[in-house]
Amino acid sequence: MSQETILRSAQVTDARFARSDPPVARWLLIALALLFVGVFLVLPLVAVFAAGLAKGVGAYWAAISDPDAWSAIKLTLLAAAIAVPLNTVFGVAAAWAVTKFDFRGKQLLITLIDLPFAVSPVISGLIFVLLFGSRGIFGPWLIAHSIRILFALPGIILATTFVTFPFVARTLIPLMQAQGMEEEEAAMVLGANGWQIFRRVTLPNIKWGLLYGIILCNARAMGEFGAVSVVSGHIRGLTNTMSLHVEILYNEYQFAGAFAVASLLVLLALVTLVVKCVAEWQQQRLMTVVDEPADEEGT
Amino acid sequence: MVKHRALPGFGLTLGYTLTYVGLLVLIPLSTIFFKTATMSWDRFWAVVLDPRAVAAYRLTLFASLTAALINAVFGLLLAWVLERYPFPGRRLVDGLVDLPFALPTSVGGLALTAVFAKTGWLGRYLEAAGIKVAFTPLGIIIALTFIGLPFVVRTIQPVLQDLDAELEEAAATLGAGRLQTFRRVILPALVPPVLTGFALAFARAIGEYGSVVFISGNMPMKTEIATLLIVTRLEQFDYAGATAIAVVMLAVSFALLLVINLLQWWSVKRSAA
Repeated sequence: MSQETILRSAQVTDARFARSDPPVARWLLIALALLFVGVFLVLPLVAVFAAGLAKGVGAYWAAISDPDAWSAIKLTLLAAAIAVPLNTVFGVAAAWAVTKFDFRGKQLLITLIDLPFAVSPVISGLIFVLLFGSRGIFGPWLIAHSIRILFALPGIILATTFVTFPFVARTLIPLMQAQGMEEEEAAMVLGANGWQIFRRVTLPNIKWGLLYGIILCNARAMGEFGAVSVVSGHIRGLTNTMSLHVEILYNEYQFAGAFAVASLLVLLALVTLVVKCVAEWQQQRLMTVVDEPADEEGT
Repeated sequence: MVKHRALPGFGLTLGYTLTYVGLLVLIPLSTIFFKTATMSWDRFWAVVLDPRAVAAYRLTLFASLTAALINAVFGLLLAWVLERYPFPGRRLVDGLVDLPFALPTSVGGLALTAVFAKTGWLGRYLEAAGIKVAFTPLGIIIALTFIGLPFVVRTIQPVLQDLDAELEEAAATLGAGRLQTFRRVILPALVPPVLTGFALAFARAIGEYGSVVFISGNMPMKTEIATLLIVTRLEQFDYAGATAIAVVMLAVSFALLLVINLLQWWSVKRSAA
């Protein structure tokens, strides 16, 4: 074997293993990363269940089936059941307007849609206090007509809707941009009307992405704390959502109860993560299937 | 060739979007500025520069910056390990990274308190070593690290995926060691996403409330963050005081939003070049 071939084969091996690091470094880095994940993500999760069950299954069950806990659960579900559909319809409409048409100020509109993410949850609550509080802009009028918005259900729904506002639009806009609109245009040429185009062409292409957006929107809607805390007034059995109920129990030193109710929210988060991963995976699969016919056309 | 015709629904969807954004976002947010405008200039500055408020901004900025830095380092490590090294349970860990997005912030704070409090699983050992976490700025940093982690990991991951294998192979063929390749070839490509992730985590941390209030102890001048001060002022029915502090924080948030947009634009431009 000539020296040249030896050199060349050495280079080839080098190239093939160029992206693999020495095993020692690899395992050290993996161990460090897992340690970080363990301390910051896994341990806290386990701690919630451990603390919730600290006084036994009976106490755990009692904390969850307590009437105040039940009314908190119902209020949380109700707020999410209103806020999530509202933001879903908005998200689809906004994504359609932004991705299917060109108009002036589009970038500004996208920035405005993102705005609630940049605003602190506490400030999101504050703005509704300034609008509807007793000394707020509409306060005197609302009192005169005995309409309650703040410290009542409407305030909680408004704050929840505000903080979860961008989720669906944010997920759909890049997705629909990537998919283009040839299929929709073809459907239109074939005589489909707007609703038919959306339901039969667009929706099947974006359904998993839409689910992804909805599930994240829902997780935030059910778990929101800062904004809801400012507008709710913390009235037990009336305006307490689950995360507020957890706080009250904790501040009253009913630790086992607080962690028991918190563990329900942890379960919600875990279910959210699973659904999110499935939706993400399915949408990626859908995108590759959608892309394939175009590739065949090229060959 | 089909003649290009506009799809239907422009007026309906744009009209609906604008109405919804206007009613739910623009009008409510503008009240902050109207409320501030009713304050006199002197009163505004007196509230904004009150020593307790200044201590709160300082703590918020310090803790948020530290947490974002920790996240930049460990987020990069996590993204690297998840993208490059196959190990059992990798997909599970990858899914778990989003936990702070899915978990209600108050539950996150409560859970961290359970781990790091004086009697907690890790807290008791740290306490024995003389490190106090709960009710100190360190606790605040830990809570803010928790909520900021996914931002950094999820910004770096796609860039690592798109990184051209040939570049690294070329570096190796040219005789560069692995560390040298990382420092001279990979790291420069990762600078924009790390900075973007850092800024996103920092912006999120500045406005955070739920995860911090359980672990911080909320002592004025010591462990009181700016968002908590807003809530305290509101509970005292001091609307103007709360609003003035909110304006300062909104200004910081919007400035950061601008920086993030510039970073993302830079990042796209660099990967296109």
